[in-house]
Amino acid sequence: MAAEGRKEYNVAVKERLRVWRQIPETEKYQEMEKNQDQILNEVTSGEYKYGFYSDIEIEKIPKGLNENTVRIISEKKGEPGWLLEFRLKAFRHWQTMKMPTWANLTIPEIDYQDIVYYAAPKQSKPAGSNDEIDPELKRTFDRLGIPLEEQNHLAGIVVDAVMDSVSVKTTFRETLAEAGIIFCSFSDAVKDYPDLVRKHMGTVVPYSDNFFAALNSAVFSDGSFCYIPKGVRCPMELSTYFRINAANTGQFERTLIIADEDSYVSYLEGCTAPRRDENQLHAAIVEIITEKNAEVKYSTVQNWYPGDREGRGGIFNFVTKRGLCRGENSKISWTQVETGSAITWKYPSCILRGDNSSGEFYSVAVTNNHQQADTGTKMIHIGKNTRSIIVSKGISAGFSQNSYRGLVKVHRKASGARNFSQCDSLLLGDKCGAHTFPYLEVDNLSAIVEHEATTSKIGEDQIFYCNQRGISTEDAIGLIVNGYAKEIINKLPMEFAVEAQKLLQISLEGSVG
Amino acid sequence: MLNINNLKAAINGKPILKGINLVLNAGEVHALMGPNGSGKSTLAAILAGREFAKVLEGTVSYMGKDLLEMPPEERSREGIFLGFQYPTEIPGVSMVNFMKTAVNEHRKHRGLEPLSASDFLRIMREKKELVEIDSKLASRSVNEGYSGGEKKKNEIFQMAMLEPRLAILDETDSGLDIDALRIVANGINKLRQPDRAVLVITHYQRLLDYIIPDVVHVLYDGRIVKSGDRDLALELEEKGYDWIKKEADKSKVYE
Ligand SMILES: Nc1ncnc2c1ncn2[C@@H]1O[C@H](COP(=O)(O)OP(=O)(O)OP(=O)(O)O)[C@@H](O)[C@H]1O
Ligand SMILES: [Mg+2]
Repeated sequence: MAAEGRKEYNVAVKERLRVWRQIPETEKYQEMEKNQDQILNEVTSGEYKYGFYSDIEIEKIPKGLNENTVRIISEKKGEPGWLLEFRLKAFRHWQTMKMPTWANLTIPEIDYQDIVYYAAPKQSKPAGSNDEIDPELKRTFDRLGIPLEEQNHLAGIVVDAVMDSVSVKTTFRETLAEAGIIFCSFSDAVKDYPDLVRKHMGTVVPYSDNFFAALNSAVFSDGSFCYIPKGVRCPMELSTYFRINAANTGQFERTLIIADEDSYVSYLEGCTAPRRDENQLHAAIVEIITEKNAEVKYSTVQNWYPGDREGRGGIFNFVTKRGLCRGENSKISWTQVETGSAITWKYPSCILRGDNSSGEFYSVAVTNNHQQADTGTKMIHIGKNTRSIIVSKGISAGFSQNSYRGLVKVHRKASGARNFSQCDSLLLGDKCGAHTFPYLEVDNLSAIVEHEATTSKIGEDQIFYCNQRGISTEDAIGLIVNGYAKEIINKLPMEFAVEAQKLLQISLEGSVG
Repeated sequence: MLNINNLKAAINGKPILKGINLVLNAGEVHALMGPNGSGKSTLAAILAGREFAKVLEGTVSYMGKDLLEMPPEERSREGIFLGFQYPTEIPGVSMVNFMKTAVNEHRKHRGLEPLSASDFLRIMREKKELVEIDSKLASRSVNEGYSGGEKKKNEIFQMAMLEPRLAILDETDSGLDIDALRIVANGINKLRQPDRAVLVITHYQRLLDYIIPDVVHVLYDGRIVKSGDRDLALELEEKGYDWIKKEADKSKVYE
């Protein structure tokens, strides 16, 4: 792709920023006000609103997991031999492993033979082709607020839509290709860019990394692939929307993002699932690699079905996310808003190998009713003058348990490393729990590592103060929680900040009073 | 406007209000005085709908409605404003956002459209000037890190924004410097209108120099033991509460 094109794209990005900065504060504020009203309306309209099921014909393989299952999945995808080998190695390794028990979670026994490992909407056309996609699928994503037609797209956002085991559509593929950016489903990447995939896949999260990573490596079905070439600032937000639809099915997707030298991309994933009484397993892997001076901003708005008020059903969200700052001055930042899932087990991490590289982790995790979350990060400082920031905000309500678990590791050679961690917990009510498990391993004396933690409660006096000014208790909690999480929400791309605010408020509905 | 009839209330089973009778008409300003711990703030809290004090007996009607039946946010939207003796800090919630939510809730209650952002900001600026509060305060979190006096001025600012029908101001004059006192008094005087009423709880005659009350009540041990005109406040300033306490205790003996 011509350098000209890249330059044009970079100019486009700068222009967008310039325009946004020129909007007077009052107008931005007006915009936000509109959003607020929208939020209130949504909030009053009910509980988990993505719990519907789409009656789409699906092709499923039988329940159960053995070598043959792995072979069938690979065959369905028409994969090359090396990938099947990779899967089989992972599967054999997984068989030797046990589910981890160190997290502060009570996980019911999972019968891995009782899960369907591949389910695909039947009429789906090969992803990435120009064919019309199935109207029922389109309707599903429309209902989720994710239009798949490019003319209806959300301003400046590219979507890869994944349902159950396959990607159903990636928008704007051609437009991005003009800038040399590759953004497609993982399956397409295996076909179209086998060398890139083979070179990088499993280098950040090896298949042997942990129980769920091994499982994913054996049976993963789809996901997104992204490559940003040297010197390109991706002008649009890239996003993947994961939807679990089929019953008794696990979702095992992989995402691989490679940012070459001097490049930039902002990427967002969103996820929802139907309301069901059985638990469903979601075990994903995300790998990010940044070369010299490159930056990747990865945001997640996780809203898997959390189960009902009594704790029936909901998604088990066991995810391994890790980024490697390979080049000097490179940067990876994780921002997550976690409101869904019955159980969350995830630690988006950064390996800071390049000198002067930096990693950031910003998280809001909300648990209500009987939800459990054990989430946090690992910042591994290997290069010189590497920096990391951790800001974690837990909000617990109902009978839920919410844990932060974070490791800051400074290697012997990582002189001048710096870390700052801030872990705050907010409690609503007295039947929930908030826990903090910070781990520190510092092998270089020049390192500066700081950790701050606070626990607070929404006070009855604060609620009353709001009530006395005419604000209902529900709205007061919304105000206070959004205020508490503002620092993190503001890190999300504008378009998703609203969604996230909404989610916070909805997921705490009925938590007080 | 407000009619309190034989109101008795207890906190944790301990009687605090022992039969309050008070009638506050539209257009009037009443001052409520009385020694520490006599129950002034408890009365204010009950009127605003706070639940830590349990009402045992009596009735309160406001604009012809049973006040005690209304949830606190409803009372606010119906025009009752409480200036808190100790305003609460709400970290993370900006004063702008807080007030905007409050004002729009009040408007919704009256069947009005929410204010546009620019209108809201304009009104906010006007009222801020009225109470002469630092405009930086408004962009900070509600009461967080405000000085004692700033908190009190912020209460008056909120009162100006919400334009209540009945304002109950609990020691809003305590901890204010001379200028601030004048500002607060001006804020209260602006509410002095034929369709509004104010109940000021205070320990100091000083405030009453600026806002001349129509009636002064003295609350002692859960009862209003004396009511009079502004001269009563002057007398209290001069002589203290002892004589009132003695009078009240004496009459108790004969009860
Ligand atoms: N939350 C509470 N728990 C227990 N007792 C309380 C509580 N609040 C008030 N009281 C008691 O009720 C009585 C009346 O208190 P209140 O605050 O109404 O007095 P006050 O007249 O406002 O006094 P001051 O002039 O000091 O503000 C006091 O004895 C006080 O200790
Ligand atoms: Mg008091």
